[in-house]
Amino acid sequence: MTTSPHTYADKAAEAAVRATPEPLARRVRALSDKAIAWLFIAPTIALLLAINIFPLFWAIYLSFTNYRANRPNAEVKNVGLGNYSRVLNDPDIWASMQTTAHFVFWTILLQTVIGFALAYLIDRKFRGHAFWTTLILIPMMLSPAVVGNFWRFLYEPQIGLFAYAVSFLTGIPTSEIQMLGSVSLAPWAIIIVDTWMWTPYVMLICLAGLRSIPDYIYEAAEVDRASNWRQFWSITVPMALPFIMLAVLFRGIENFKMFDMVNLLTGGGPGSTTEVASIALKRDAFEAWATGRSSAFAIVLFVAVFGLANIYVKALNRVKQR
Amino acid sequence: MLKQWIPLLGATAVCALMSVPQAAKAEQLTLCWAAWDPANALVELSKDFTAKTGIDMKFEFVPWTSYADRFLNELNSRGKLCDLIIGDSQWVGGAAENGHYVKLNDFFAKEGIKMDDFVPATVVGYSEWPKNTPNYWALPAMGDVVGWTYRKDWFQRPEIQKEFKAKYGWDLDAPKTYDQLKQIAEFFQKRQIDGKTVYGASIYTERGSEGITMGVTNVLYDWGFMYDNPKKPYDMQGYVNSPDAIKGLEFYKALYDCCTPPGASNVYMVESADAFKSGQVAMQMNFAFTWPGLYKDEKVGGDRIGFFPNPAEKYHYAQLGGQGISVVSYSDKRDAALQYIKWFAQPQVQAKWWQLGGYSCLKAVVDAPDFKTSQPYAPAFLESMAIVKDFWAEPSYAELLQAMQKRVHDYVVAGKGTAKEALDGLEKDWTEIFKEDGKI
Repeated sequence: MTTSPHTYADKAAEAAVRATPEPLARRVRALSDKAIAWLFIAPTIALLLAINIFPLFWAIYLSFTNYRANRPNAEVKNVGLGNYSRVLNDPDIWASMQTTAHFVFWTILLQTVIGFALAYLIDRKFRGHAFWTTLILIPMMLSPAVVGNFWRFLYEPQIGLFAYAVSFLTGIPTSEIQMLGSVSLAPWAIIIVDTWMWTPYVMLICLAGLRSIPDYIYEAAEVDRASNWRQFWSITVPMALPFIMLAVLFRGIENFKMFDMVNLLTGGGPGSTTEVASIALKRDAFEAWATGRSSAFAIVLFVAVFGLANIYVKALNRVKQR
Repeated sequence: MLKQWIPLLGATAVCALMSVPQAAKAEQLTLCWAAWDPANALVELSKDFTAKTGIDMKFEFVPWTSYADRFLNELNSRGKLCDLIIGDSQWVGGAAENGHYVKLNDFFAKEGIKMDDFVPATVVGYSEWPKNTPNYWALPAMGDVVGWTYRKDWFQRPEIQKEFKAKYGWDLDAPKTYDQLKQIAEFFQKRQIDGKTVYGASIYTERGSEGITMGVTNVLYDWGFMYDNPKKPYDMQGYVNSPDAIKGLEFYKALYDCCTPPGASNVYMVESADAFKSGQVAMQMNFAFTWPGLYKDEKVGGDRIGFFPNPAEKYHYAQLGGQGISVVSYSDKRDAALQYIKWFAQPQVQAKWWQLGGYSCLKAVVDAPDFKTSQPYAPAFLESMAIVKDFWAEPSYAELLQAMQKRVHDYVVAGKGTAKEALDGLEKDWTEIFKEDGKI
């Protein structure tokens, strides 16, 4: 006689029911599906509340006070909108916002153009394309701390390979190629490193977009005798656009809060030339210990990123619906 | 039945009582400090303490760049990580007013530890708050001061000496004034020595923590910069931004522009020592704690290196470094921590501290007849310690420091604005901070 697996499962279930103490079984039976669902998501919600929502509300509360984390015994006073007014009228903070905008604009532009171009090339499926794809992806797999440190060495005017390469190509002495110490070059030094590191990420998303375009559309275009140029602008770009926009969104949010790379490469210098908003915020919060004011600054940044991201997502959805 | 239990209970009680001193012996203290050469010397020194008391020492050392962030966060959050802390000299005001450090007056009185036994500048700099009052929050632990090293072997080359004399009209030697220092730096800048291009001087330019402030103040003090009106505290107009102070700041920028190695826009202790060790520069500004290591260096140490205190100009000062050792008030092991301080204050321990590479602040050590000859850098250290001046040690020192870092770096390294604008701006920033503190 053979026993089917189904019978085994039934027997096991019956055994489990018998083994469950009656009071517990009664309680479990009494729970609705909704209650069980809540039971499963409750730990996640508790964690989210503890490490995301509560700190956010706490920061909002602090932003209306004169609280300083290095003066635990000082009286905490309500200052109303004073911190917000100070943040919004501080020329240094606006300068750091401009630096951030410059950084975000150029990194996104370069990463999108180069990333899409690379994806377009890789999508041709030439010989060895898998090897080249892997090679191109390596920079984004590295830790930003590692990247920041080794680029600092590469940029060294006396021993850095970057300076040697530029000197070889241009004839300018290596000692005059001061990427991190020069006011005009330091912002570009960071843009180059970020572009080197994150272009592969944009490429990957664009590649997914390009590979999602069905072949029959190109075949139909060829039947209609559309040129490659026409196919590119009328099929490839519009159909890959939602993916490109998604990549821009991800990189935009990431670069808006860029900290590690800038901190490692220039520390915000020379002077305040590369002091992006996150560096300015860190200095205000953990060096000047102006906790209330820096909370207001953080909220302003949060609202700016959240607001811009929302507008952008709406635009993205509109593009997707077309 | 009860009779059977009585011996067992008695034995348990005896064991419990006996285990009390055992527990004390097995105690462990955590000492927090920066990760640098003197910290390694302290680890070595503290083995004697463990051998004597049975108290184990654990060390929490953090690199200089994150030292203040890490430990001020620890103190502000009333953490119990550190039982003892060797905190920077500028922290003493905040740590005293916010209750982070244990006040040591009663302990010193009880144990017979006299502050008169220590170098006066270190007592004021590391222990007192308010300054110049007998309120002690730390025992002077590590004397330090900004000074200079130079390539004695280059300075002594006849062809270099001859060329220098012909150009500047005086014998090339360790500079006594900043004008001389600049002339030497200009002379060596981009000079070929042993087939290698070398540069004039390495000076502090670091932006992130305190670097450029610790460098520029050496020059500013000498030109006449003062933190405030000596007769009216916190009155800074005309003192911070006096015409002489402006000239001093202009000099520092001129020195940075003319005579530092390429890419020296973010230099602090480690980078400056590296520039010297790699044979890039003729002179190097750095804290005295780096000197023992540099003297031992195979390539640039020994007879090749010389030491000199900060040069003079109109006045003669040097930026104070160094730290005092304090007991953290949140520690559960206060008695054991105080025991460590008592042990550390002993003259024989202080003498060994100096031998191992730490800079003792005890007069008995530094005034000893053989001190000056004990190490080649000892005379420069002694001379420097006699002319020290420190940055603000106010509770709001971090904000005051940040303002100066920004204003000075913007002018010196980024070339933004003028020296007058930088110091006027600094005076404005500092006034605002003190107004917020309610001190003005």
